[in-house]
Amino acid sequence: MDHFPTSWGRPRNDAIDAYGTYPIAQRPYNGPKDAFSEGVQHTQQPIVTGTSVLAIKFKDGVMMAADNLASYGSLARFKDVQRLYPVGTHTVIGAGGDMSDFQYIQSMLDELMIDEFCAQDGHTLGPAEIHEYLAQVMYARRSKMNPLWNALLVGGVKDGKSFLAFVDLLGTTYTASTLATGYGAHIAQPLLRSAVETHEHELTEAQARQIIDDSMKVLFYRDARSINKYQVATITAAGSSISDSITLETTWDFAEGIRGYGAQTE
Amino acid sequence: MTSIGTGYDLSASTYSPDGRIFQVEYANKAVENSGTAIGIKCKDGVVLAVEKLIHSKLLVPGANRRIQTVDRHIGLATAGLLADGRHISNRAREEASNHRDFYHAPPTLKALADRLGLYVQAYTLYSSVRPFGISTILAGVDKSGPSLYVVEPSGVFYGYNGAAVGKGRQLAKTELEKLKLAELSTREAVFEAARIIYLVHDDAKEKDFELEMSWIGDETKGLHVPVPKDLLDEADAKAKAALETFE
Amino acid sequence: MEHIDFQKLKTGEVNLGTSIMAVQFDKGVVIGADSRTTTGSYIANRVTDKLTHVHDRVYCCRSGSAADTQAVADIVHFYLQMYAQQTGAPPPVHTAAALFQKLCYENKDGLSAGIIVAGWDKEVGPSVYNIPLGGGLFRQPWSIGGSGSTYVYGYCDATYKEGWNEAQTVEFVQNTLSLAMARDGSSGGVIRMCVITEEGVERKFVPGNKLPKFWEGAEVLGKPVSLATASGPAPMAVEPL
Repeated sequence: MDHFPTSWGRPRNDAIDAYGTYPIAQRPYNGPKDAFSEGVQHTQQPIVTGTSVLAIKFKDGVMMAADNLASYGSLARFKDVQRLYPVGTHTVIGAGGDMSDFQYIQSMLDELMIDEFCAQDGHTLGPAEIHEYLAQVMYARRSKMNPLWNALLVGGVKDGKSFLAFVDLLGTTYTASTLATGYGAHIAQPLLRSAVETHEHELTEAQARQIIDDSMKVLFYRDARSINKYQVATITAAGSSISDSITLETTWDFAEGIRGYGAQTE
Repeated sequence: MTSIGTGYDLSASTYSPDGRIFQVEYANKAVENSGTAIGIKCKDGVVLAVEKLIHSKLLVPGANRRIQTVDRHIGLATAGLLADGRHISNRAREEASNHRDFYHAPPTLKALADRLGLYVQAYTLYSSVRPFGISTILAGVDKSGPSLYVVEPSGVFYGYNGAAVGKGRQLAKTELEKLKLAELSTREAVFEAARIIYLVHDDAKEKDFELEMSWIGDETKGLHVPVPKDLLDEADAKAKAALETFE
Repeated sequence: MEHIDFQKLKTGEVNLGTSIMAVQFDKGVVIGADSRTTTGSYIANRVTDKLTHVHDRVYCCRSGSAADTQAVADIVHFYLQMYAQQTGAPPPVHTAAALFQKLCYENKDGLSAGIIVAGWDKEVGPSVYNIPLGGGLFRQPWSIGGSGSTYVYGYCDATYKEGWNEAQTVEFVQNTLSLAMARDGSSGGVIRMCVITEEGVERKFVPGNKLPKFWEGAEVLGKPVSLATASGPAPMAVEPL
């Protein structure tokens, strides 16, 4: 006996939550158990999560943005998290999905870059190599049924070539002049495409920034797991830089006169 | 070395009756036969310099480095068997990486010297292995500032303000003692290090040598990197000139 | 595939359905916790100590499975003793937090542990780290955790200010935990607190009958009156003719 009404008497239909309790309390099962039926469970679920990452190519390189929120379900739990991470001087990665897995990826790449630094062979890893490395890791982990629960964008400039590509928890990869993860892939990607495609080599940094800012604003309006604070990474031949947190300017005044949901005027 | 040939020197796992381990002492001989390596700890960083003896004119310049990078903030120079030096630097990299992984923090030099000391010492315990024929100078900048350690073939390690190992260590040490290390900048130390390496090099006995130098400190933003070519050339030229006036 | 509920405890497991928190101030940190431990809706222990020593100036607040968090804290305690002996210096708070994070991340499939690590060290002074369920590591000026925390995020956001002294910080912790304990059935009992500074660790205690009081629902509409005394036995209503 416990305090869940569903346990006090047997509802006529288990599928109906007669007492309107949520979540539906599970009644204890006392039948025989198979201790091994669940096997080794790895395929987890993301817990502390980040939402979309956006990125576009422009004349001098790549620009990437992600907001500062790490959610815990619908709870806005950590509001000052950086989801963009510089890898060496040529590359920035941005992550959506599980933040603990992203932190693991950060330390993994950090170790990789130290190994390369120690070689002192005059070579450094650029965005293409880092993306390939990540793709191999992500695919290997999903094949062990233990994925790193992220969608990542990798952007950068090396040897005069700009690079922008995607990789996710399954090891899926693709590349384009505009990319977005998560909600951004649904909402921002069409906006980015219409603003960027065919203009990649003409867009100035300021224009690119405007496109990113506009898209982040739309995402804030429509993504319930977003926040109005975000950072922008700019990667050019001169190197990478990640901005301080920017607070969005938003518009709500138009809502003041709205009444009811149809014919109502009062 | 009165006990030579008495059979107590065949294994690192056997003491001589007077309590010595000859294999370790022979390992020290291997170090003494090597080109000199020095380390200078100064106010804003550390400099490493090596007298890399060139045993063949056919070698590509810059080949067979004796200074290695262990972590972003740590470098190491060895005197003794070249291959042992590369083995120890690989081990040091592993140790540094493990420390980073475990503590989410870069290792201090002391922590690394401690681990390397344990590792080297283990090779003085068994008949199946030989002790390392190298002395290792560890240089770096950590949270407590610049620091410098030397790990010897026996596995003991000491912290130093200025260190010298290899053939010319005695003369190098007397030169290092003349320097006001606490007031020296790394840039100045590069010139001093080059001068000392040239000074201790025995022109009459030895073949040609290459000056190999690295540094770490404020000048390098805390990264252990080779001394840039222009500065190295300048220090090299100045050292040569100083040698001529010295003699 | 069947949905796997991470927060679900194993059958019969003892749960720290908890309210815990840690707040840094200029000279140190204040950590606090309620004292309730439950198995289902039964209170297995009403005077639990959820503030756990891991080193001289580093403590953790435990939430989730009691068995899991005790095991993790014991392991970290061991590592930190080793660290202190090997380096000859007390471990930084970040080091302790990193060890907790490592254990929680690498064993995320098997653990239900939400841990707050807080303390003082000579490199950065006071600091607070949060390690939520998946095993991420987040530094925060103040941190709340456990089932009770969800009821008081708004209170904390509205109340917390930078630059408080020790007394103000203690009061904040005490008030927050009281509010959480008053709304969360899985939290309750007494408030235990520790003030950790360079000088040492000072324990503080608020008994369950002396908790700070807030709105309890009676003032506005008047005390609920018993139906029996208000109306008395009434004759059966008769239809008027």
